[in-house]
Amino acid sequence: MKSLAELKAIREKMQNQVNMRSDDPDHIRVVVGMATCGIAAGARPVLNELSELVQKKGLTDKISVTQTGCIGLCQYEPIVEVFEPGKEKVTYIKMNAEKADEVFERHLAGGHVVDKYTMGSADMK
Amino acid sequence: MFRSHVLICGGTGCTSSGSAKVREALISELKAQGLENEISVVETGCHGLCEQGPVMIVYPDATFYARVTPEDIPEIVSEHLLKGRPVTRLVYKEALDESGAVRSLNDTDFYKKQVRVALRNCGVINPESIDEYIGTGGYEALGKVLTEMTPDEVIQVVLDSGLRGRGGAGFPTGLKWKLCAPNKADIKYVCCNADEGDPGAFMDRSVLEGDPHAVLEAMAIAGYAIGSSQGYIYVRAEYPIAVQRLKIAIEQAREYGLLGKDIFGTGFDFDIDLRLGAGAFVCGEETALMTSIEGKRGEPRPRPPFPAVKGLFGKPSILNNVETYANIPQIILKGAEWFSSMGVGKSKGTKVFALGGKINNTGLVEIPMGTPLRTIIEEIGGGVPNGKKFKAVQTGGPSGGCIPASYIDIPVDYDHLAEIGCIIGSGGMIVMDEDNCMVDIAKFFLEFTVDESCGKCTACRLGTRRMLEILNKITEGNGTMEDLDKLEELAYYVKNNSLCGLGQTAPNPVISTLKFFRDEYIAHIKDKKCPAGVCKALLNYVIDPELCKGCTACARKCPVGAISGELKKPHTIDTAKCIKCGACMETCKFGAISKR
Repeated sequence: MKSLAELKAIREKMQNQVNMRSDDPDHIRVVVGMATCGIAAGARPVLNELSELVQKKGLTDKISVTQTGCIGLCQYEPIVEVFEPGKEKVTYIKMNAEKADEVFERHLAGGHVVDKYTMGSADMK
Repeated sequence: MFRSHVLICGGTGCTSSGSAKVREALISELKAQGLENEISVVETGCHGLCEQGPVMIVYPDATFYARVTPEDIPEIVSEHLLKGRPVTRLVYKEALDESGAVRSLNDTDFYKKQVRVALRNCGVINPESIDEYIGTGGYEALGKVLTEMTPDEVIQVVLDSGLRGRGGAGFPTGLKWKLCAPNKADIKYVCCNADEGDPGAFMDRSVLEGDPHAVLEAMAIAGYAIGSSQGYIYVRAEYPIAVQRLKIAIEQAREYGLLGKDIFGTGFDFDIDLRLGAGAFVCGEETALMTSIEGKRGEPRPRPPFPAVKGLFGKPSILNNVETYANIPQIILKGAEWFSSMGVGKSKGTKVFALGGKINNTGLVEIPMGTPLRTIIEEIGGGVPNGKKFKAVQTGGPSGGCIPASYIDIPVDYDHLAEIGCIIGSGGMIVMDEDNCMVDIAKFFLEFTVDESCGKCTACRLGTRRMLEILNKITEGNGTMEDLDKLEELAYYVKNNSLCGLGQTAPNPVISTLKFFRDEYIAHIKDKKCPAGVCKALLNYVIDPELCKGCTACARKCPVGAISGELKKPHTIDTAKCIKCGACMETCKFGAISKR
């Protein structure tokens, strides 16, 4: 290694992976419903998409993406919930990879809830 | 890119409880369920909670699984890794809250009070990947000293941090470097003492197995500070996993040019070689270690000349312990003030302890210096098992002493322990309860030093042997009060007349138990009794005729036929035949048999 720049390049490439291994209560937690109903409705691509975006954009020190079991609203799967410390939970329903992209861009990175995909906007009668 | 990382401990503790099989099972199960591109399996170093091994942590949700078997793997994969439902029956019980939900590992008693500096990467990164080490800021400290600091500045930071040697003696690390730096020679050496030999101590092994690059980086920093271009790590051959990981780490560092010629283009050259020890305890002593690296029989030599002037191959050298080195990169990056803000008095920073013996959470803990012993035993260690009473802690291995229960609130640091004749030593802590005989403990450590004495000094070679003979006499019930005086006199004689640390400290376990548990020695001598019921020659197994139902279970179990009696009538033990194996006592369902 002939320069510090080379070291820095490796660090940047690796630190998102390593950062995932922390146990920080201040993280924004993004939870994808991955019960049988969620998986059947296509939750896996959503989970993988969100996880990849967070790592690619270098946000693993702020955001953790995990799965959870059945949330109980099987007809609205795939469901993604966003828990931000000090804020109310946001629940996105009927997600897919493209919608997940949008939620990542606007909500997780940009800080604006994407209202059109949230549970509140769905017809809950 | 992986959405989840499963960390499996590959330290010696978990390896011996079967972590390799668990890892294989996991890898094949992930393939079977088509998850191999989503979940990454990482073999790490020690997490510290060896008692609960094999240990496995799932990130990003940080679920801590304990005592995992290959049979548990399909359930973990399909339930947790696929569906996100942690298998709570396998989660470390301390990591579950009252409602049974998984809580943060940092909230468990074992981890809550710990501050991880030397162990910061152990159990977090893959020790066989230099990239992961760099990902946590690895080799940045080396980059910083080479490009921004002069050697004198590096030494000053280490001095200011207050870091003292973690191997036992507690000599200020910065001062060691400062004494060596001005000495001129064609070559100087940086040595690492990884010949961890105290019974029950395994903190250095954990660092080497979990974060080997931290040691390499620190040695290169030390090399720059004192003007050396060659390092040696003297590691005991009994640590095969540590040796293997060091070899891999050295190779990777050379490949990246972080060891070798012209590091970071600054013109600084530094390389490291391994030397394996052959298992002699004395080779942990600095001059004996250097003699052994030179290829000679490992025996200590008189100081002065000190190694800083005339060390390895007669050249100026420094020798630091593994854990000491593991602190260095952090001190360089975060500053001397950060480090010295932890700890108390002249004991700065944190220290790793190996908790063992009669304690619930056997394992490795890293805590700020000055943490009260009570916190370590009761909170982090989870107390003494089976409701027994805490009696003492033996610290510092064969060179150390016992801290009795009455001192449980003592802050654990160099100076407070020295006041009561104990040492931190390398950090072994053996917890003892009411069933441990202190004379027997002293005998155990003395047997060790008798075996390990290199034989160079008469005081150590013969003195420790004579002391052991007296202890044997006492534990067999043949001791006299004069023996006790002779034992004490010999102890100080050996201490004062030995050349190296081994002999100078070998009598410590005896001196310290005589100081705090003299009544136990006297009970062995005068009453011919072992109060803890350990010394076989001094106890008899007896059957209480009131409680005995005459079930004959004990008589059938006795291997020497020492128990006789009629069915449904109280039995008796023939003490002449009895070999005191204790089998009858374990067999009796009525608690009728006791030791006296």
